[in-house]
Amino acid sequence: MGGQKLLSGTKSRKLKGPIDKNFRRPHTETVLQLSSNSQNEPTATLMDLRRGDSATLASIELPVDDARRLMELGFLPGTEITAGRSAPGGDPRVFRVDGSEIALRRETARLLKIRLPRKSKAS
Amino acid sequence: MSDCNGCHAATVLALPERKGAAPTARVAVIGPPNSGKTTLFNRLTGLRQKVANFPGVTVEQHTGVAQLADGREAWIIDLPGVYSLSPRSEDEQIAHDVLTGERHDTPKPEAVLLVLDATNLARHLMLAAPILSLGLPTLVILNMADDLRKRGGHVDLKALAAQLGAPVALISARQGEGLEQVFDFLAGAMPKPALRELPVLQDVPKCREWAGRIGNQARYRPPVPPKWTRRLDALFLHPVAGPLVFAFVVILVFQSIFTYAKPLMDGSDWLFDHSGHWVATHMPESLLRSLLIDGVWKGVGSVIKFLPQVLLLFLFIGILEDSGYLARAAMIADRTMAKVGLQGKSFIPLLSAYACAVPAIMSTRTIENKRDRIATILIAPFMTCSARFPVYTLIVLAFVPSRPLLPFLSSQTVAMIGLYALGFVMAVITARVLKSSILKSGRTPFLLEMPSYRWPTLQSLGLRLLDRSVVFLRRAGTVILLVTVVLWVAAHVPFSHGKPPTLENSLAGTVGRTIEPAIKPLGFNWKIGIGLITSFAARETIIATLGAIYGMDSADENNLNLQKAIHRDLTAGGAVALLIFFAFAMQCISTIAVVRRETAGWKWPLVQFAYMSIVAYLGAFLAFHLIG
Repeated sequence: MGGQKLLSGTKSRKLKGPIDKNFRRPHTETVLQLSSNSQNEPTATLMDLRRGDSATLASIELPVDDARRLMELGFLPGTEITAGRSAPGGDPRVFRVDGSEIALRRETARLLKIRLPRKSKAS
Repeated sequence: MSDCNGCHAATVLALPERKGAAPTARVAVIGPPNSGKTTLFNRLTGLRQKVANFPGVTVEQHTGVAQLADGREAWIIDLPGVYSLSPRSEDEQIAHDVLTGERHDTPKPEAVLLVLDATNLARHLMLAAPILSLGLPTLVILNMADDLRKRGGHVDLKALAAQLGAPVALISARQGEGLEQVFDFLAGAMPKPALRELPVLQDVPKCREWAGRIGNQARYRPPVPPKWTRRLDALFLHPVAGPLVFAFVVILVFQSIFTYAKPLMDGSDWLFDHSGHWVATHMPESLLRSLLIDGVWKGVGSVIKFLPQVLLLFLFIGILEDSGYLARAAMIADRTMAKVGLQGKSFIPLLSAYACAVPAIMSTRTIENKRDRIATILIAPFMTCSARFPVYTLIVLAFVPSRPLLPFLSSQTVAMIGLYALGFVMAVITARVLKSSILKSGRTPFLLEMPSYRWPTLQSLGLRLLDRSVVFLRRAGTVILLVTVVLWVAAHVPFSHGKPPTLENSLAGTVGRTIEPAIKPLGFNWKIGIGLITSFAARETIIATLGAIYGMDSADENNLNLQKAIHRDLTAGGAVALLIFFAFAMQCISTIAVVRRETAGWKWPLVQFAYMSIVAYLGAFLAFHLIG
């Protein structure tokens, strides 16, 4: 993954255009997330994964208690997460992590930041 | 979804203090949610605590006795599932407190059975760190050996035991495989775990790293992902096919209640009528005969006739629960729940309220957020519990003509599904009101672990139906019988000139006629009124009451059909009003009691009772006046 570190603000924004449309997310929010990133750190979230896509979890932007429970369920930074099916309507969505399948709501999934999504074949 | 009316208490023994002479050990069963703790507990103790294939079924501690080969006994304490020893919800707090000896009603256990899911060992081993650090003798049980094997997983038990410093057993609690290892541990010396380096418990990444390392050293090879679970999810979570499949199954169930269960019901009808007739002809005319025939046979009997239908409903619920579909249903329903301000976790208690509100209200303990939990408790009794079911069936059979709307869909089925939907809609509206006013709260993230699908075993389904029959018949034989006998007495006093009064002038009739002005606007006469009063003891008592009242009132003793009788006394509008009243009213003493216990006070049960009564009265009033 190292070679693909082109996460300068403009490039990522371009990259995220179609994804935004897919998830019907207000564009302003994406910009806000991008600008809030001081370092060259990940900007995508679990919500940007499509079914079958995998990515490495970078950080959980939730209160400590909630983050702890997520970590106990396997959502540890550095773990690979695969997006699974979602309920009819797209929310919540099942994520495969550490040998189990966990359903998360969109509002939670978008607080879990990932490193560069890597395409893998859909199951 | 198992039992009504505190029959937990009947099967679970009180935990005795340790007696000096008999060396009985107290052993706690702990593990992550849905790892099969209760299945193991039931195997060890021969008890039948409720199990199902989704996380969070057990919400309180249960105690039972395991008989050891040498004649000694071990006390087994089954605990709710936990992910760690940092509790977030009420059920996790209970597990934590029992384990650390902070609970007054349960003495601290002397040993631990740590149950982990062998198909997801690497992550589940994380719990071994805090448990082993308690320093209690521990047997690490890897459950679901059958699944592990079938899906090509492997683990080196000796290496794992060496790494953990505690004995390890690979079992399948469901199949009863490997249980002797557990019994051996219970009967043996139960050594304390050997001192091993454990990770800092507060640090989840470190714990996971530790667990992963141990797994590697035990050459743990995780099983391949369950193929059928993926395939079934592709169907059940499909945007179009998923909801269609669900609708089809629901229709099938209600349809079968009116078709397949009908011959069974007619059979028990015949049995009751003929046995009643036989008793009537072989007993001299007396008050005792009247009590037996009018009270017991026509009263209690008219409730028992609904047993086949109730069992069919529970068979369906059992399949849903044991297969793992329920977690998917919770996921599909989460959007609706989110709209009204609740989380998907509220949905599982609500679903279980279709059996009975009492265990449903207890299972709200898995909801971390206090306000979400109270909101769920307050709306749970709107869900159509199995006690409403015979009442609905009776009135639908009496008032809705059996006409096929579609080849597979009769008008009675539609009416029944409509009644179930009515309760759900009212629950959702109430939740919306509560969550946007007095019970507003911040959101807790919704996390739900999706279990793999499993075939429900015939044994498990059979036991559920057996337990359900016992509960149903016990209610008929206790509460309902008692109410019917009291009613019969009230219908035979006061004596005038040495003769019992007519029903209308009896004590029961007087009470009914006293409340008649209040229920007249709903289209109910004084006879229905008597039924309404008794139904506050338990909903289905109204059937027994009406059966007895019409039995006593009828001149033609041997030819009485309850359906025809209520048809005579109720207009169509009155029938709808009665259905709506039963859909909304909180006619259940057990529910009031459990709400008081779970919310620790009288405030919420009283608010709930008042609210539901008002909604029921207004709903019935509107229905009667709109339909006429």
